[in-house]
Amino acid sequence: MKIGVKILPKNEVLDSQGRAVESTLKNHGRAVNQCRVGKYVQLDIGENDEGKALSKAKEIAEFVLYNPLIETYELEVVKK
Amino acid sequence: MAKPVGILRFLGTNCDRDVWQAIEAMDLQPQWLWHEDRFEIDDYQGFVVPGGFSYGDYLRCGALAAKAPVMKSLGEAAAKGYPVLGICNGFQILCESKLLPGALVRNESRRFIDQWVDLKLASPTRWSAKGPGTLRLPIAHGEGRFVMDETDLKKLFDAEQVWCTYSENPNGSLRDVAGVCNAAKNVCGLMPHPERAMFDWMGSEDGRKIFNALLQ
Repeated sequence: MKIGVKILPKNEVLDSQGRAVESTLKNHGRAVNQCRVGKYVQLDIGENDEGKALSKAKEIAEFVLYNPLIETYELEVVKK
Repeated sequence: MAKPVGILRFLGTNCDRDVWQAIEAMDLQPQWLWHEDRFEIDDYQGFVVPGGFSYGDYLRCGALAAKAPVMKSLGEAAAKGYPVLGICNGFQILCESKLLPGALVRNESRRFIDQWVDLKLASPTRWSAKGPGTLRLPIAHGEGRFVMDETDLKKLFDAEQVWCTYSENPNGSLRDVAGVCNAAKNVCGLMPHPERAMFDWMGSEDGRKIFNALLQ
């Protein structure tokens, strides 16, 4: 089963990449209220049970994938 | 004979030779410590985690290096009170491995900065005496903006764990933080490069004031 880990910079942390994209969008007539840039990690976990796969992914995310001081994360089950 | 100073090397470390020469310039004996190896902490008198781009800065700067086997031994050495210095990417690695508080994120300007800075020594540590005066050292980083929760940062200042600050903030670091240390003050990290300021011809020899700690 594949689990996706969506990682975003925390709202209170200045997101330089998001700001840069935001300003380019604005300069091209596509202004948005806010843009934040994060990363997406896909884990293929050798596990068929959704609960078990999610709990393994949670452990992995908290072990190294995200830094709680500056980021938040969300898990999702990747459907084919 | 004095024990050697261990210099940690990860894939992508690139300031290792500079640190080696800085240690030699202090008439001390450097020794490499490879990222895959554990080491006997008692065989060394101190440790330096040099700068560079460990693991290509993948995931987050320092995040993957923080999980390397050599960091287990370094953690033991830190807990036993050995002097540990993290420079630039080494500072990021120490933060990611939780040997130091806080995190380092992309510069406010979004640019890689390469320039000389003046630093104020704010509180004494194993690696520094307290000011007055400034240290002139070079910086070269893209992700050197120190961040942490405002309340925790205040606690850090109160505990005198912010040991050096920028006279003029180059990267947007909260409250001009350039370097922090652990509660015991034996583990210090800083973004500027003391190993690049060892002789007058390099532009400054203030780096000696940091490495001098290893002679005491």
